[in-house]
Amino acid sequence: MSVELDVFVGNTTIMDEEVYQLWLDGYTVNDAVKVRMEGGVMDECEASKDVLLSDTMDQYRTFQMCERLLHSPAKLANQLLFQIPPHRQIMLIERYYAFDDTFVREVLGKKLSKGTKKDLDDISAKTSVTLKSCRRQFDNFKRVFKVVEELKGPLVENIRQHFLLSDKLARDYAAIVFFANNRFETGKRKLQYLSFQDFAFCAGQLISNWTVGAVDNMVEDMDVDLDKEFLQELKELKILITDKDLLDQHKSLVCTALRGKTKVFIEMEGSFKNLSRGLINIAAKLTNTKDVRDFFIDLVEKFIEPCRSDRWSAADMKLYLTHYTNSAHILDTFK
Amino acid sequence: MPGKLKAKIVAGRHLPVMDRASDLTDAFVEVKFGNTTFKTDVCPKSLNPQWNSEWFKFEVDDEDLQDEPLQITVLDHDTYSANDAIGKVYIDIDPLLYSEAASVISGWFPIYDTIHGIRGEINVIVKVELFNDLNRFRQSSCGVKFFCTTCIPQCYRATLVHGFVEELVVNEDPEYQWIDRIRTPRASNEARQRLISLMSGELQRKIGLKVLEMGGNAVVGYLQCFDLEGESGLVVRAIGTACTLDKLSSGSAPNTNTHMHPNTAPASNACNSPSKDGKEPVFVEDLPSSSGPPTPFRALPTSSSPPPFSPSKPCSRQSSSSDTDLSLTPKTGKNTWPRPSFPFSSLPSPTLHIGEFPFFTLTSFPPGFLLHVGGVVSARSVKLLDRIHNPDEPETRDAWWEEIRQEIKSHARALGCHAVVGYSESTSICEEVCILSASGTAAILNPRYMREGCLDIGCTDHRLVSFFLIVQLKVSDSLNVSHHVFEEPSPPNCGFCHIPYDELNMPFPAQLTYCYHCRRQKVPDVLFTTIDLPSEAAVAGKGCLIQARLCRLKKKAQGEANATAISNLLPFMEYELHTQLMNKLKLRSMNALFGLHIQISVGENMLLGLASATGVYLTALPAPGGIQIAGKTPGDLSSEHISSIQKRINDTIAVNKELYQINPPELAEEGVGSPIPEPRHRSRLFRSHSESSDELSELDLSHGKKDAFVLEIDDTDAVEDIHSLLIDAPPPTGFYSCNTENMPGISNWTSGVQMFTSVRVLRLSNANLTNQGLNKIFTDLCENLLKSFYFKLRSMIPCCLCHLNFTVAVPEEELIQVTVTAVAMTYDKEQTQEKTMKESFHVQFNTLSTHQSRKKKFKLYSLFIHPSSASVDYGSFADRCSTWLELLRLKAHTIRRGSVKTISSLERCSPLQEGRSRSLRSSRSFGGSSVTVVKMTPLSFLPGTRIIKYLGIINMFFIRETTSLREEGGVSGFLHSFIAEVFAMVRAHVAALGGNAVVSYSMKECVFMENPNKNQAQCLINVSGDAVICISETDQESSASTANTGQTGGSETDGAT
Repeated sequence: MSVELDVFVGNTTIMDEEVYQLWLDGYTVNDAVKVRMEGGVMDECEASKDVLLSDTMDQYRTFQMCERLLHSPAKLANQLLFQIPPHRQIMLIERYYAFDDTFVREVLGKKLSKGTKKDLDDISAKTSVTLKSCRRQFDNFKRVFKVVEELKGPLVENIRQHFLLSDKLARDYAAIVFFANNRFETGKRKLQYLSFQDFAFCAGQLISNWTVGAVDNMVEDMDVDLDKEFLQELKELKILITDKDLLDQHKSLVCTALRGKTKVFIEMEGSFKNLSRGLINIAAKLTNTKDVRDFFIDLVEKFIEPCRSDRWSAADMKLYLTHYTNSAHILDTFK
Repeated sequence: MPGKLKAKIVAGRHLPVMDRASDLTDAFVEVKFGNTTFKTDVCPKSLNPQWNSEWFKFEVDDEDLQDEPLQITVLDHDTYSANDAIGKVYIDIDPLLYSEAASVISGWFPIYDTIHGIRGEINVIVKVELFNDLNRFRQSSCGVKFFCTTCIPQCYRATLVHGFVEELVVNEDPEYQWIDRIRTPRASNEARQRLISLMSGELQRKIGLKVLEMGGNAVVGYLQCFDLEGESGLVVRAIGTACTLDKLSSGSAPNTNTHMHPNTAPASNACNSPSKDGKEPVFVEDLPSSSGPPTPFRALPTSSSPPPFSPSKPCSRQSSSSDTDLSLTPKTGKNTWPRPSFPFSSLPSPTLHIGEFPFFTLTSFPPGFLLHVGGVVSARSVKLLDRIHNPDEPETRDAWWEEIRQEIKSHARALGCHAVVGYSESTSICEEVCILSASGTAAILNPRYMREGCLDIGCTDHRLVSFFLIVQLKVSDSLNVSHHVFEEPSPPNCGFCHIPYDELNMPFPAQLTYCYHCRRQKVPDVLFTTIDLPSEAAVAGKGCLIQARLCRLKKKAQGEANATAISNLLPFMEYELHTQLMNKLKLRSMNALFGLHIQISVGENMLLGLASATGVYLTALPAPGGIQIAGKTPGDLSSEHISSIQKRINDTIAVNKELYQINPPELAEEGVGSPIPEPRHRSRLFRSHSESSDELSELDLSHGKKDAFVLEIDDTDAVEDIHSLLIDAPPPTGFYSCNTENMPGISNWTSGVQMFTSVRVLRLSNANLTNQGLNKIFTDLCENLLKSFYFKLRSMIPCCLCHLNFTVAVPEEELIQVTVTAVAMTYDKEQTQEKTMKESFHVQFNTLSTHQSRKKKFKLYSLFIHPSSASVDYGSFADRCSTWLELLRLKAHTIRRGSVKTISSLERCSPLQEGRSRSLRSSRSFGGSSVTVVKMTPLSFLPGTRIIKYLGIINMFFIRETTSLREEGGVSGFLHSFIAEVFAMVRAHVAALGGNAVVSYSMKECVFMENPNKNQAQCLINVSGDAVICISETDQESSASTANTGQTGGSETDGAT
């Protein structure tokens, strides 16, 4: 005796958020049943294991049928097959496009290609995110990338409109797309201490300050690429380190401003020239694609590590950079 | 040229990619009606084509308009090879043919292909212009309204109930024609879909003609079924109740009468306004006990759910002869009961042959309509199918049903009743054997509502000589019921319980007492009916679903031998089902069953029986006694064993009493005539003898003050039966269930509604199963289904599963299929209790006021018709085995699951309620989403809403086939998506009609066939229901949303709100 067929279809599609999460996380039906049993859902309605199994299968089927629609979330709102209340649609989409920070950290800045996809089982093993979930997340990145790559206008807004994501998630995707497009190297061991959110913050800053869109919304080009003109102009900063007078002038301005405001003033003063050279060199090289990729590793090696060895605090760093920038503006050359 | 049909193809979206090279599609559309076809231009290279076609005009007869569907085919243009079909849409234009329904069909329809399912959507606009006065064209019956609803639809009022209408049409099944061997599965499926659509249209038209002939303008309780007889053909048959309905709406009042019988039309016009004025106040004031949110059932104690029957009916006075005068002055329904001034025998003898069957497919009636209820009458007949030779003369099938109906009628008469209500017919087919079944509830109706000649009583005694008589009733010769003189007004809340027939001439043994309410007339100790609980009935506590399940193996056989074997088994099955029902009823401490539906399904090697009903405690009936266990010979089973079983039974009864809150008002016993002691009679009905009950003398039988019901344990069978009794787990805390329209004891629904369909198929791997083993498997299957529902719907607690409709089938030798459609509805827990208290107070009050003992010389009752051959030897025909002895844990701990749990689940809140509140602000991200939410329910109402317009009947038939079963997720994946697609198509059609809900929805047919080895499966689904516009009773703004979809609804909407 065996159950040959078992379906349950509601006029309003019934979806359990817990099961949805298990499905997204790549659990098999049987594993999901185990997790649910441990979660104590059985006590709620005197359910038995069979009931849970049947329910889980139903839900998994529903999600599989929905998955096609989730690939282009706008369809979910005007498809006729499933009657899903709007708030549930939002939940479905948001969760489907949610990702594990540990996973995204592994692929951040990599080319979203078949090659990377082949490495997913290694990543899965490393991050203990199931392969199925890894694939979904990877495919999501790729799908979003493909759609917005061609689009004009602000990146975050494009993602939000096409995939109906929340602002936060849209920003994260913008970061992922931005990193993937510019192929920033993030995998080096020295960068391991940085979380995805750290990079996402950087991406946000870069997008809003360094891209074409940042300068002029009306421009045809989009947010995905760094503004070439701007990078070119950065070369002009070199004068700050090549012109000895200017370097000293800059240093004295910064030190005057910093004096008495930080505990590590001595160190700051001592390493000013090195740090300034490091920064300016990085900036000046950014016209090379290769150097763009190494942007973060360079920053860490040339700037952050020296500061760390001098035990700067985050506040010190902020203070230093603020005055570094402000003082430069005062210099005659940049007026 | 009576009509012009116009169609416009606007656009498509989400089309599938038909050209792999370009990943695009060059789509165009063919629009076909009858033999005329139009085409749109090709919209090249687009998955979201915009055709914006001209209006395609078809000039056709209205007869064709009724029969034919509009057929829209979407194709992919291919320059070099044949064009590929993407899919089709069939649009039934019937709703456009009566003036008060929809005036335009406009919206997005799923493009459906029988092989691939839904493939995108198409936006279509359809209109009809009718030229002539339709009544002159007798071949058509445009204008007759059809309702699936089995009560008088909301927003209508019945001025006349004409009676039973039936019709059937037969044809060859395209699947079995020779041409099927050479055409593709797709072509074959489409031919079938189209044929059935045509046949349904034709059937509806023919029934409409009959209604017009009778002078009616509507069919209520329309029940259409398909019999897929395989080789021998395809039968589409329908029954219904012809009525003359008046619309109760200020805005549309004048045009409702367009197709009215000439006599009644002016009258109803005249009375429209008074009835409307009187309406609302009546509802509000007269209902002390309705504290819940307004629902159609708030009218409980005095007037029934369908407003049309409200007391103000002065109009129909003019309608016909004074004999059948329907006039009830306002408020008579409440206190003074209608007083028929004449005995039935004085009714004119029937003149219309249509009146031959005084059957009503309705299940709920206005107060006062139902005078007395006799009991369930049913008839079954086993037939051998042979090819239908001439489709134009379906006489054989007609004759079969005629026989059955005659039998039903004679049963009803034997119960002293002149009418059958809650009537339905069904079939079960396996190979060439067909079981025809009909059942209903014998009743005496108030003649005032009847049309002349509709109730023919005392006419010729058609005695059925059926080939296989299932229910063999010794019909007493004195069939005339003319001595039923209704000089005594019966109180509303118990009158229908009073026995309708002669106490001295009971058709079978029964135990009678004086009514516990009025003390005047006799009532039975239990009452079984197929109808809904009358709204005025006084009940204690809540109702619950009660099911009896049974499997019987039979030998495989062919032809006559097979039919004989089946018909020999049937009476035993009915008997056992009935015994089970009775025992389970007692176990729940209840005394009446409503909505009883017994289905017997035939397979090659087994018969399945499933009886479902809603148990309830009627306070007019005596309290049920307990169940007493007795061992036949003391040596057989130890007395400890017996007493342990007894204890469990007693505990279960006690638990159930609490669970269903059965606390009937205590009655002073003295004044009442004590129950007529006839224990011997009863012991014949149920396996019981009281002789050996000595050893049980000290057992606690506190449940029944009166004689307990004795179950004798004489063999393992009996032990088995008792165990199976106790197997039924009560629903978890927070859940109730019933299979009727209204849940006894709950009326304060909140707005959460979730309709669902569930299908489960079980494969019996063990070929050597016994009856007992099968029974357990089958019972577990049903119980597990219920458990699954409870679990899935737990977020809706407190909630009630209503209209649980189980259908069983044996699709193949070792398969058992159970299909369930039901609706879960949330209710307000707090108000329920309040309500119950008020109700019981109300009951007591009534009891006091009518406490007046009266002697009546007649009235008997019947609860059910048994095979009168009580000498059935059970031991002999069933080789039951004793293997299955394990005791199933009695879930007596349900009660102590505290309120803490309930609260926590409340907090999580129903997804539906949540949805409503959030949808307003969350619309931002879905700008332009245009999908109308369409609610569906098998009930005739949606809680918290008022139906302001019926848009027409939805009757759809779909076939889905696959040759890549594994790829579609196996059988479950295949059926899951098919059912979802059917829902989607129903919703789309309703939305296109401008509606926002389907009421009285049912899935009539779900035939599933598979061939996993060939990776193939096929499924046929037939669904029906009434498309409606409903508006929230509290939330007036929702009328705005209906107005934008229902282009014509404007005036009504405004008027109604």
